[in-house]
Amino acid sequence: MLILKCPNCGLMADETELAPGGEAHLKRFGPGSSDEAFEGYLFARENTKGVSFERWRHANGCGKWFLAARCTVTLEVFATYSAQTSEPPAEVIEAIQARRPDWNRR
Amino acid sequence: MSTRLTNGGRLIDRRQPREFTFNGKRMTGFAGDTLASALLANGQTLMGRSFKYHRPRGVMASGAEEPNALFGIGTEGHFEPNQRATTQEIFEGMQAESQNHWPSLDFDVGAINSKVSRLLPAGFYYKTFMAPRPFWKHVFEPIIRRSAGLGKAPKARDADQYEHFYAFVDILIAGGGIAGLQAALMAGEAGARVLLVEQLPYWGGRTPVDGGEIDGMLAADWVKDAVQRLENMPNVEIRLRCMASGIYDHGYALAYERLTDHCADKSGSRHKLWRVRAKHIITATGAIERPLSFAGNDVPGVMLASAVRDYIADYGVSVGDRVVIVTTNDDAYRTAFAIHEAGLAVPVILDARTDQERPPEVGGFVTKARHMGIRVEMGKGIARVKGGKHVTGIEICDQAGEGHVLEEIACDAVAMSGGWSPVVHLWSHCGGKLLWDEEEAMFYPDETRPPISHDGKGFVTTAGSANGKLLIRAVMKDAQSAAKTVLEALGMDVAGGAAEAGPFNEWMPKPVWMMPQGAGKDLRQKMWLDFQNDVKVSDVQLAAQEGYESVEHTKRYTTLGMATDQGKLSNINGLATLANALNEEVPAVGTTTFRPPYTPISMGSIAGEARGDMFQPIRRTPIHEWHESQEAYMEPVGHWRRPYCYPKDGESHADAVKREVLATRESLGLLDASTLGKIIVKGPDAPRFMDMLYTNMMSSLKPGRCRYGLMCNENGFLMDDGVVARLDDETFLVHTTSGGAEHTHGHMEDWLQCEWWDWKVHTLNVTEAWAQIAVVGPNTRNLLEKLGSEIDLSAEALPFMGFAFGKLGGFDARVFRISFSGELSFEIAVPASQGRAFWDALHEAGAEFNATAYGTEALHIMRAEKGFIMIGDETDGTVIPQDLGLDWAISKKKDDYLGKRAQARSHMVDPNRWKLVGLETVDGSVLPDGSYAIGDGVNENGQRVTEGRVTSTYHSPTLNRGIAMGLVKHGPNRMGEVLRFNTTSGAEIQAEIVNPVFFDPEGEKQNV
Amino acid sequence: MSSVSALQDARFDGAVTVEEAGLQGMVTLKADLSAQSVVDGLKRIGLNIPGQRQIVETDTGAIAWMAPDELLFLCDHDKAGDVEAQLDAALQGQHVLIVNISDARAMFRIEGKGVREVLAKLAPVDLHPDSFGPGEIRRTRLAQVPAAFWMQDDDAFNVICFRSVARYVFDILFKASETSYLRQAKQGVL
Repeated sequence: MLILKCPNCGLMADETELAPGGEAHLKRFGPGSSDEAFEGYLFARENTKGVSFERWRHANGCGKWFLAARCTVTLEVFATYSAQTSEPPAEVIEAIQARRPDWNRR
Repeated sequence: MSTRLTNGGRLIDRRQPREFTFNGKRMTGFAGDTLASALLANGQTLMGRSFKYHRPRGVMASGAEEPNALFGIGTEGHFEPNQRATTQEIFEGMQAESQNHWPSLDFDVGAINSKVSRLLPAGFYYKTFMAPRPFWKHVFEPIIRRSAGLGKAPKARDADQYEHFYAFVDILIAGGGIAGLQAALMAGEAGARVLLVEQLPYWGGRTPVDGGEIDGMLAADWVKDAVQRLENMPNVEIRLRCMASGIYDHGYALAYERLTDHCADKSGSRHKLWRVRAKHIITATGAIERPLSFAGNDVPGVMLASAVRDYIADYGVSVGDRVVIVTTNDDAYRTAFAIHEAGLAVPVILDARTDQERPPEVGGFVTKARHMGIRVEMGKGIARVKGGKHVTGIEICDQAGEGHVLEEIACDAVAMSGGWSPVVHLWSHCGGKLLWDEEEAMFYPDETRPPISHDGKGFVTTAGSANGKLLIRAVMKDAQSAAKTVLEALGMDVAGGAAEAGPFNEWMPKPVWMMPQGAGKDLRQKMWLDFQNDVKVSDVQLAAQEGYESVEHTKRYTTLGMATDQGKLSNINGLATLANALNEEVPAVGTTTFRPPYTPISMGSIAGEARGDMFQPIRRTPIHEWHESQEAYMEPVGHWRRPYCYPKDGESHADAVKREVLATRESLGLLDASTLGKIIVKGPDAPRFMDMLYTNMMSSLKPGRCRYGLMCNENGFLMDDGVVARLDDETFLVHTTSGGAEHTHGHMEDWLQCEWWDWKVHTLNVTEAWAQIAVVGPNTRNLLEKLGSEIDLSAEALPFMGFAFGKLGGFDARVFRISFSGELSFEIAVPASQGRAFWDALHEAGAEFNATAYGTEALHIMRAEKGFIMIGDETDGTVIPQDLGLDWAISKKKDDYLGKRAQARSHMVDPNRWKLVGLETVDGSVLPDGSYAIGDGVNENGQRVTEGRVTSTYHSPTLNRGIAMGLVKHGPNRMGEVLRFNTTSGAEIQAEIVNPVFFDPEGEKQNV
Repeated sequence: MSSVSALQDARFDGAVTVEEAGLQGMVTLKADLSAQSVVDGLKRIGLNIPGQRQIVETDTGAIAWMAPDELLFLCDHDKAGDVEAQLDAALQGQHVLIVNISDARAMFRIEGKGVREVLAKLAPVDLHPDSFGPGEIRRTRLAQVPAAFWMQDDDAFNVICFRSVARYVFDILFKASETSYLRQAKQGVL
């Protein structure tokens, strides 16, 4: 039963108010893309043990999506941030590295 | 013989007798008694039968750890099995029955298992019932099922009520002993919001019985004073009979409050499940005494030493007249003193420790006992307990030996103590790690590795005995430091004086995992580890011998710790036995995983209010009450309830459906279509967005017109379909399937918020703002014109797939000329608040046209007659629009839409994909739902080849024959071919592949 | 035309009174609330955008902040069309969506001592007076359905939910309000 801060309405939301949306920062591949690229987009997920980037929707709340950087081992939440970004912002990376100095994105 | 003493019993009120029944026999106890104390007071020591061997068992403990004394409590709707007698308080009229015996508790046929126990070793079931395989279903499984389970499942519907309660606190404190009270006092004084819960019906834990001084007061008085102070703090809530049952992620915890289990009056909620979110949790859950492993340690009358003195001090009950004490530590001497002071006999104290092992500064307890005239034998233990249904005596042996009997002593009870284990369950639930204390022989929390919260910091702290601090002075110090640490971490000032507790020197316990140390096989087979599941020392040793080195495997192989008590008494003894058998240290073997709940909680409390009518939310349309008044047969569509049909005057459902279809096709039908999803999509980029959402071109749709569209997910599979109306250049009204509105709206918002966030589009789900009624049939226009319409409904002004807004019969109407039946049809939306009145007006005006309400089955039949697909029938999440012959609705001009790339994957363009066709049985019968078309031969797995399946099948009243749709390999190229379809009876039905449009293929009826 | 609310003003008097508030006008505005043109447009008709999760009373009802791009205007049921038109005029030419959604919802009023405890049985929300009070609107769930509520005063809440689940919400509210069900905590809640 996680609690995540919804950056859209400012609440610390109970997990029962939220709906999970899988891995964040996927790049969409559409018509014309190679089979490999499309397969990667549609099926391949990082499934990280450790720092993971996730999509969440404040479904029983403001209805908005947001992203979370979270450790799947300790459940520590490094940051929640806007869904309107294709890469984790610098301050999110910093927040993660402050807690996990050895961590680098991919 | 156990009995009520003439004096004593701090928890009972002798002026308030309580009558209850035990296996139908009337007994009397006092207010404040538990069932266990009341039974003992009535001389009833035999309380149950063990699980596997049906051995006679008595009560062993006085608290939540009790493994043996389990009862069915209550009757009918209030019956609940497997309740521990030690935590069940008695009330006037309570009915208790013992479990797991036949025909009676005293004479149990199943006890034969005990005689053949050598034939029922660990893994017996695995080994015996493996082969031959065909025996499993009819021979082995019924045998195992009959012997499984302790209590009886209740037969009556649960008559009680339950509730949840969400609480948000700074600090949750689990355990109302002196450590919990002290932590609560400090937190309360610091101004923190505190919830303190205690599973028992009284405060103070063991301390009032065990004695000692705090702040210069007797411990019992300090407890009273502390509770009084806490009750006066507005920021502190304290609850008895409320067990912290589990700790979960990010400071979430469940506390299980039993509100009426102790009352004769069962009104109100029985249990309340506190769903707590705490910034920090302090677990002050105390410690549990360990049994000792000697032969016959399960005979009724053998009990934990602490329990024996609890029954004397708390309830004024003696467990026997002559009680032998056997111990590895000082604590059990307190029991000897209590028995002695109650005027009963302690024939001997057998202390496994030797005088040689004693450090010089300790040993006061031994001296005191001897001073009281109690015989104390050092370095001695019990070789064997004598007696069957009750203890009659013991055999003394050297602990260091093999069990040579030195002396026999007659007694009627044995109080044993193998040391104490901190209750680390809550600490461990969410990942807190443990350390092994060699000297005290116990696992305790490793404060450097606590459960982690969202901020990366630990959120659980243990205090007192739960932290391995067993003596009163250490407990109080530990509670103070725990509270201080927690409050400082929360940024609160620590105020108030910390309590001081008196000093106490005790002699460390000696780890004794088997008594005597060199016991032979015959003794080991009578040494119980897990009393509830009948696991013995010899079973764990056998598991080790057979290669079960992991404690988790041993647990499952022997069932050690898997009973309803979850091994509260057996875990550590079992681990140590395994470690010894493997020649390992205890910490190297490790513990099994502690999982919530701490003790079982009721299913009702988990469900809370979600039962009966409130089991799940039922969605009702504005016309729902009318359907109910007509006694419509309702069916679930998502959370909606829709009329399936409206049977009249004893009609069968099939007859009702037939009447509804024919009435509609012949004259006039009315359908409550309010469940249809309605979503507004608006903005400068709305056309572009709609083109991405739908497979067909929506940007070219003209304002004032409607278009049917298909929506796919990114996998290419069909997800939803419906009619889109373009309200103006920037605004679309999207109709979705019933029950599909929320999902579709979520899908839209997902893409808008997470992928195309720079597109200017707003969406809003307005499904419930409107009541929508489909007015269908040849007389539709006559009816609407009769109502009086400001809208010109003529074919010229409002052609098929057109819409218009305006007043209709005085209602604010939005009229869409669309058809899902092939008839002349208008779907009319009015504000939901006007829905019922509009429905009534249509019926009133439609009486002359035999206006007939029809349900979902008639709707389905009419759409199937026309070959229209239904999401969820023709689709199942693996079907693409191309499979359904809907290529006409897939734009070739668009560069992209959701699902387009996926539909180009090799498997999606495979010409062998099954495709939609119509099916007509040769004999006119109805194909069974889900039937498969049988091909020739078998596939590589030896299964019969199939070449198609039925997706929708009905009796068509219009055509008076069976019609169906199905997906068939190369189907559209095989028109006229006859296929064989299977049935559950084994017979086959022949059906011809036909065009799926069975009725009015030219569309003459709808275009009038 | 006779319009009716979902439960036609159902009412339960327990330790806490639960009543359907009847027909209630509601208009949703979807717009970029951070856009100056939207702020200015609303200001021209005398309206200020409430702060995050705030609900503010106006001459004709109230305005509630629902999301960063959504406001809810409360008014008399028969005035919703006027509010819609007024907003349309004020925000003419801007990328906004204005819809009268009055009939999509049901509204309840629950009143009495212990009213916080009633909602605390159903919503995963900290309802302690230090954490939640008048002026804030909370979108959350009540048991199994989405809902929103705000406090009228210290002893009364307004609750809104979707119309189709009005019966369910009424039932869970009245169940939680039954006298025998209430065992008051010191401050109503923790």
